[in-house]
Amino acid sequence: MLAAIEASAVVKRYGSRVTALDGVSLRIEQGEFFGLLGPNGAGKTSLISIIAGLVRADSGRVTVLGHDVRTDYRAARRALGVVPQELVFDPFFSVRETLRIQSGYFGIRANDDWIDEVMANLDLTSKADSNMRSLSGGMKRRVLVAQALVHRPPLIVLDEPTAGVDVELRQTLWQFIRRLNRAGHTIVLTTHYLEEAQELCERIAMLKGGRLIALDATRALLARVADLRLALRSKSPLPAAVAHNVIERDGDHVVLRLANVAEVEQTLAAIRAADVVVEELEVGHADLEDVFLQLMAGREAGLTEAA
Amino acid sequence: MTAAARTVQNLGRVSALLPAAPSAGFRTLFYKEVLRFWKVSFQTVAAPVLTGVLYLLVFGHVLEDHVEAFPGVSYVAFLIPGLVMMSVLQNAFANSSSSLIQSKVTGNLVFVLLAPLSHAEFFAAYAIASIVRGIVVGLGVLAVTVWFAPQTVLDVRAPIWIVIFLLLGAALLGVLGLIAGIVSDKFDELAAFQNFIVMPATFLSGVFYSVHGLPSFWQTVSHFNPFFYMIDGFRYGFFAQSDVSPWVSLAVVSAALLLVTAIALGMLARGYKIRH
Repeated sequence: MLAAIEASAVVKRYGSRVTALDGVSLRIEQGEFFGLLGPNGAGKTSLISIIAGLVRADSGRVTVLGHDVRTDYRAARRALGVVPQELVFDPFFSVRETLRIQSGYFGIRANDDWIDEVMANLDLTSKADSNMRSLSGGMKRRVLVAQALVHRPPLIVLDEPTAGVDVELRQTLWQFIRRLNRAGHTIVLTTHYLEEAQELCERIAMLKGGRLIALDATRALLARVADLRLALRSKSPLPAAVAHNVIERDGDHVVLRLANVAEVEQTLAAIRAADVVVEELEVGHADLEDVFLQLMAGREAGLTEAA
Repeated sequence: MTAAARTVQNLGRVSALLPAAPSAGFRTLFYKEVLRFWKVSFQTVAAPVLTGVLYLLVFGHVLEDHVEAFPGVSYVAFLIPGLVMMSVLQNAFANSSSSLIQSKVTGNLVFVLLAPLSHAEFFAAYAIASIVRGIVVGLGVLAVTVWFAPQTVLDVRAPIWIVIFLLLGAALLGVLGLIAGIVSDKFDELAAFQNFIVMPATFLSGVFYSVHGLPSFWQTVSHFNPFFYMIDGFRYGFFAQSDVSPWVSLAVVSAALLLVTAIALGMLARGYKIRH
């Protein structure tokens, strides 16, 4: 099947010093819910901007549903709905005007039925005739999502859509995006909220310093750190026998990384033997944040190559 | 071949035959650009019309007996086409340049850049909207100032030249505004364009005087100013009198328009400062 997005050896430099993307290749399949993660400056937005045609790559090639984003930009852009990271808007127009104009840019004239449906799904109907300037940040964010959907793109790219957004909108937004995904839309998402990525994305790519350092199914990424976390609170120091497992220490709060349940038992036995009083105790699984931190720290050498 | 495969193939063929509708996106961008200035028409149309009238009242009154323009043409009548053209030029420039710089600074240019518009469509939409704004303001200034010398101004001698220079002048400044908007990153850079290029060039173009009345050095300088030819050619349409032949003006203005068009299209095609 044709890839939703295929990037091969994409390089982007700003001036002679900054390399935003250093040969990134990846393939996103149609119908996927795909996460693009990485710290600030990792190249996420550069990659998305190149896919969207907002920025031109220095070398390499990107196709959207088989259409080259440079040579066949009309078809590529028609296939894409992009929600930009910045909260941008045109202060001259109302919500409905904004959406009609955006439809028109894509060559769609009579689009009010679909515009009404999108607005209803994003709880925007009551603001349809309000000027963009008068909307709250959350409402402006919804309009950005609506603008990306006016031409019913098979591919939707969301760049940090929930940055600075309240819990309620986040829930509304994700319900809607999930529904679009189930209806067959490919979703590409960048986010700082790793919980969101873990919950929503089937596959995740991680970027660091303009390079792809991981690309795998979310489950497989989590399996890389299949170990357990033992968090406890204790006033006295832990015995030397278990101290080497400590990965986090904050006052009397300590987190240990352990391979399995047997190790948890051994650790607790050692603590008891040393007469250390434990006040609080919690055992948990590693999450995407642990994977992320490990990869970003470069502790894991085995990188997954792009398919 | 299975029926399903055939259907898919036919669908592919049909969608390939559908028109790509390149003009619908252009029409919308053009409409948006016109709507943008029309929504703030108090500032974009009424204010420049008032400015034009003020110039006429002040300069017309003060210079009436001092400036010799064309034989048989009163100074006020001489001044009116100049003020109309000056308003056309300044407002055509203001439209594309301020729209583009605002969209760049606020970031909402992204909505246009994400759309399947070619650089030529982008160019045409901004340029033609600027022409519309220039002409709307120009007609406004004419409608208000014509009453100060109706018999001379309304006795139009060569209307075709009026239309030609109106369109070419508005287009030239609209495209120049587009270039200024592309090149500028900040409002004060754009203001520099406006204050150090457009304003001096319009004021030194013969809006307020016939260049024949200037010392020969300044006459020579004026002949290097394309704005002079736009105003001179436009005025020829009203009075059938001008400092240089309207054909010369047409050649100069057309060449200038071709040059700035080539520059603007080249910048847009490369994505200069817009798709970096």
